[in-house]
Amino acid sequence: MEMQALRTPPAAATDAALDRAINERIDVLLEQRLEAKLAEIKAAKTPSMTIIATKGTLDWAYPPFILASTAAALGWNVSMFFTFYGLELLKKDLRKLKVSPLGNPAMPMKMPMGPKWFRAIGWNIPNVVQSVIPAYEAFATKMMKKTIKNNGVAEIAELRSLCLEAGVELIGCQMTVDLFGYKRAQFIPEVKEYVGAATFLPMAKDADVSLFI
Amino acid sequence: MTQVNFDKELDARGLSCPLPILKTKKALNDLMSGQVLKVVATDPGSVKDMQAFATQTGNPLLSTAEEGKAYVFFMQKK
Repeated sequence: MEMQALRTPPAAATDAALDRAINERIDVLLEQRLEAKLAEIKAAKTPSMTIIATKGTLDWAYPPFILASTAAALGWNVSMFFTFYGLELLKKDLRKLKVSPLGNPAMPMKMPMGPKWFRAIGWNIPNVVQSVIPAYEAFATKMMKKTIKNNGVAEIAELRSLCLEAGVELIGCQMTVDLFGYKRAQFIPEVKEYVGAATFLPMAKDADVSLFI
Repeated sequence: MTQVNFDKELDARGLSCPLPILKTKKALNDLMSGQVLKVVATDPGSVKDMQAFATQTGNPLLSTAEEGKAYVFFMQKK
């Protein structure tokens, strides 16, 4: 019956009508299926993040490790690429990380001890004075470490080991290792590899989130 | 507050972001599917963060409550 029905009308007119009908139908179906398929692919994909860590001070050590450890806890695949001063964050001993309010006008200089009103004071010390006080950086670092501890914020070493435990990949930049004369023995053995930009970029291309810190 | 039976308790009081989440994740690793973890935290950011963690990881957050200065969460392992 169906075969007969298809054959009866004049051929040219039917072909055009048929093509149109098929195309319209395909458009409708394609849209429906594509959406479902895309949602399926999105749901099945493990999110991923790559971070370029470029800073080696105590304060700036936090953002990359906080984001990496949290992403890993969310089940994401995370790779961190350490370059320039960021290599300091791969060293075995992280206790030498320092922070300085000198030339860092946004950093509040507050005391982590004493009564509340005293702690609330923002010490506005001119750069020229900061630069001549002996061991000023060591003092500022000590104060910041105390503040970190008072606020229940993790130590960098703890965040880093949580990252490693959760499978975050730590990658060193070979060029800056050479440039600054680092020895690989200075870094933790968990560093997965030492590579260049050409290895990192394809990883970043496929990542859902890529950050430069 | 709602009384929920739980299998493990995590004291995350005094800890700041992201430690409550990281410790929650670790504690969940020790549980079996369907078991419930109780988390007590003081970080005000943890209220939103625990919700986001639950949505992202698919572990249902059964309840969130404020008890004095602390937040109490019950999370079920998926």
